Amino acid sequence: MSRAGLHDASREEAAPLHTPAEAQSYLNDGNSLRSWLLTTDHKRIAILYLISITGFFAIAATAAAMMRLNLLTPQGALLTAEGYNRAFTMHGVIMVWFFLIPSIPNVFGNFLIPLMIGARDMAFPRLNLASWYIFMGGGLFTLAALIFGGVDTGWTFYTPLSSTYANGNVVLALSAVFIAGWSSILTGINFIVTIHKLRAPGMTWGRLPLFVWTHYATALILVLATPVLTVTLLLVVAERLFGLGIFNPALGGDPLLFQHLFWFYSHPAVYIMVLPAMGVVSELVPAAAHKKLFGYWFVAYSSLAIALVGFLVWGHHMFVSGQSMYASTVFSFLSLVVAVPSAIKVYNWTATLYKGSIALNAAFLFAMGFIGLFVMGGLTGLMLALLAIDVHVHDTYFVVAHFHYIMVGGAVTAYLGAMHFWWPKMFGRMYNEVWGRISAVLVFIGFNVTFFPQFLLGYMGMPRRYHEYPPEFQTLHVLSTGGAGLLGLGYALPLIYLLYSLRHGEPASANPWKATGLEWTVPSPPPTHNFEDTPIVVREPYDYPLSHDSSIA
Amino acid sequence: MLNLFGLSLPQASAHAQHVDMLIGAFSLLILFLAGPVIVLIFAFAIRYRRGKDVNRDHAPNRNVWLEVSWTIIPFLLILGFFVVSAKMFFSIHEPPADAMPISVVAKQWMWKFQHPQGQSEINTLHVPIGQPVKLTMTSQDVIHSLYVPALRLKQDVLPGRYTELWFTATRPGTYHLFCSQFCGLDHATMGGSVVAMEPGAYGSWLSTQASGGSLATAGATLYRKLGCGACHAGDGTTRAPSLNGLYGSRVTLEGGRQIVADDQYLRDALLDPNAQVTAGYKPIMPTYRGLIGEEQVMQLAAYIRAMKTVPGEHP
Ligand code: HEM
Ligand SMILES: [Cu+2]
Repeated sequence: MSRAGLHDASREEAAPLHTPAEAQSYLNDGNSLRSWLLTTDHKRIAILYLISITGFFAIAATAAAMMRLNLLTPQGALLTAEGYNRAFTMHGVIMVWFFLIPSIPNVFGNFLIPLMIGARDMAFPRLNLASWYIFMGGGLFTLAALIFGGVDTGWTFYTPLSSTYANGNVVLALSAVFIAGWSSILTGINFIVTIHKLRAPGMTWGRLPLFVWTHYATALILVLATPVLTVTLLLVVAERLFGLGIFNPALGGDPLLFQHLFWFYSHPAVYIMVLPAMGVVSELVPAAAHKKLFGYWFVAYSSLAIALVGFLVWGHHMFVSGQSMYASTVFSFLSLVVAVPSAIKVYNWTATLYKGSIALNAAFLFAMGFIGLFVMGGLTGLMLALLAIDVHVHDTYFVVAHFHYIMVGGAVTAYLGAMHFWWPKMFGRMYNEVWGRISAVLVFIGFNVTFFPQFLLGYMGMPRRYHEYPPEFQTLHVLSTGGAGLLGLGYALPLIYLLYSLRHGEPASANPWKATGLEWTVPSPPPTHNFEDTPIVVREPYDYPLSHDSSIA
Repeated sequence: MLNLFGLSLPQASAHAQHVDMLIGAFSLLILFLAGPVIVLIFAFAIRYRRGKDVNRDHAPNRNVWLEVSWTIIPFLLILGFFVVSAKMFFSIHEPPADAMPISVVAKQWMWKFQHPQGQSEINTLHVPIGQPVKLTMTSQDVIHSLYVPALRLKQDVLPGRYTELWFTATRPGTYHLFCSQFCGLDHATMGGSVVAMEPGAYGSWLSTQASGGSLATAGATLYRKLGCGACHAGDGTTRAPSLNGLYGSRVTLEGGRQIVADDQYLRDALLDPNAQVTAGYKPIMPTYRGLIGEEQVMQLAAYIRAMKTVPGEHP
């Protein structure tokens, strides 16, 4: 049904693609390696990020596969204690700093924000390229740490383990994250200035796509929180190399200080990972339903609210750390406050579907997957914010399940949704819709089979970061490993059919989904300078056919 | 006692039962909040799929009352849970006065427990049921965390600081004890068990264990060996304050601040003496850092605790 309709539509508009306009697309504007590595075109930089973070994802996923295989038997089937510790540290470090944080903002934010606001490029194109080089510099340090044997501190680098006792390449790994942090800060500044200064005439704040709103909120966090992390990492290096007493009490330091500083960054970082994902879903759902998003302003402002209140809840990672119980109580309360608006966005997406005209395509299936998994992640997060429950399940597999529901079930699924939605725009080709849907369903099922058992494991008392465990936990671990196989397949499929589409896919029209938004008004793939003439925006956002007969706010 | 896939999680205390009830109730709330979303997404996706001929007139895209109500109602429900769970959290941080003190030292990678009468054990902790037990814990190296799932309790164990955990086991049995804060190479094997016993059985178990004398006796020996009495003997009119009756009393420091002389204070006084100088005395006490380990600190503290005669206002 929808599929046939789609293809008809794309055939109608396919003709102009073979005119000379195509030759000027950003993809064809120079083919040498040099023209890519020295580009200042935000779209090409997005592709550079796409390629590099896909590589990092593959490395970190290999580490995950090794961990899951190891956990098939209680004694540890594959790795030594040291091997396992290094595997989960690398998995965590790379997934967090080299995949999740840069994924949606640096690939899709970079590609789409100028297009969505009617700009020719980012405010600082050369800084944008520099951010990528800095990011790759951090990546090289990570790979070096890996090649020289790895790190055994966990991605959280808790002191004094990391500053004094661990014997891996801690300084290299810390430097890697330190460098990647600078890339984040520069990207954040670029986003903020671009969104403030380069909006086309008529593109008021009330007409900004929600994708841009969420990236604005994300950029605020990047700029405000990341410096705290980078300074903290320097302090750990100083203690490790020069014995400065900052975190190790034997040297006169305070072991809890590190945790406060670390989570002051790393809790908001969760929102760096999930706000852009919410932005993606806020585009995908109206486009699939052909309806304005329900409660535009609520979703826009709640992004800012989440970004700002998100700075006040870091202590919920420290309920059993030895911080005062009064502090814990306040953090518990604030965490419940901030979690509610994020969970509520879910109701807005659901309400958007009511009386929509819903295309059940791959991109939408990924968006649905996001909503379901994010709901589970968010509500179990509330459970962790409740003090007495957290005391029991903190640092167990319950927490592992919870954050994978948010970060993998949420952010990665939305990333795949974005990939399917904007792929035709980015590369000018349609992919195979059927395979896309199969992959979306496989990811959803595989994800739940992998991670739902971990809630039960955690509740039953299985601590995290264990390479071996009491035999009674085995059944659930085996189930989880089986699910990971399915999930891995679900992730590998798009790699195949998307790459295949680059050569063999049908040419995509400018607007294959009949979506609103300025990015759909330019050819696919877009020309180097995006817009021939600066567009003048006169329409409300999400101006879909079904939105007309009601009170648009 | 709970069973899932052949896994069992015993409830070894009243607190454990309460935590299970809280988790069960919150799981119901999750169903109540998430159920409609999941059902409606599927229902809408099918009913309103593109190409299907249904009534789509007056599709709403805004409704303030609806939005406010689905913001406020879940929040109020959750607030109820916050209050209950915060109360439970306070109760697990307030040990009863008659709790049996056990000292715990964690190190990469073992747990060392010491009973009040001096018996010590590694990685296994025997406790009597029905009797509140208070663990005073510290670490010799990195951060560890003592976790007993059957009690639904855990607490990080920090170097340079004491943390506490208390519980009353109510059901005899042998329960897992884990380290739950990643602490290096053998983190996964840094565990053991908690053995909860009938008081009589605990008593006879204790009597079969070798004891190097009670903690306080060991502390007294150390006190003599280290020559603490050279300054602290007497009524406190000389070079150093008297330790008699010190434990639990309020001490006035140089500068007027008052502090309760608890285990943490005694530890700091031994290892970092000049940070908290008692009002009226010179900062002349040497540090014992490096000379004595965490276990000896605990023995000395036990001895000073035993010198407790008249608690109250103290110079
Ligand atoms: C097939 C998919 C995946 C599997 C099977 C998997 C499995 C695991 C396992 C077994 C752990 C270690 C838990 C522990 O012992 O504490 C872990 C930790 C972690 N995972 Fe994944 N994971 C997957 C995907 C991801 C993805 C896509 C991300 C992020 C984008 C991610 C982020 C993390 C992080 C941040 C940690 C914490 C590392 C640490 O404990 O230091 N994972 N994962
Ligand atoms: Cu440990």
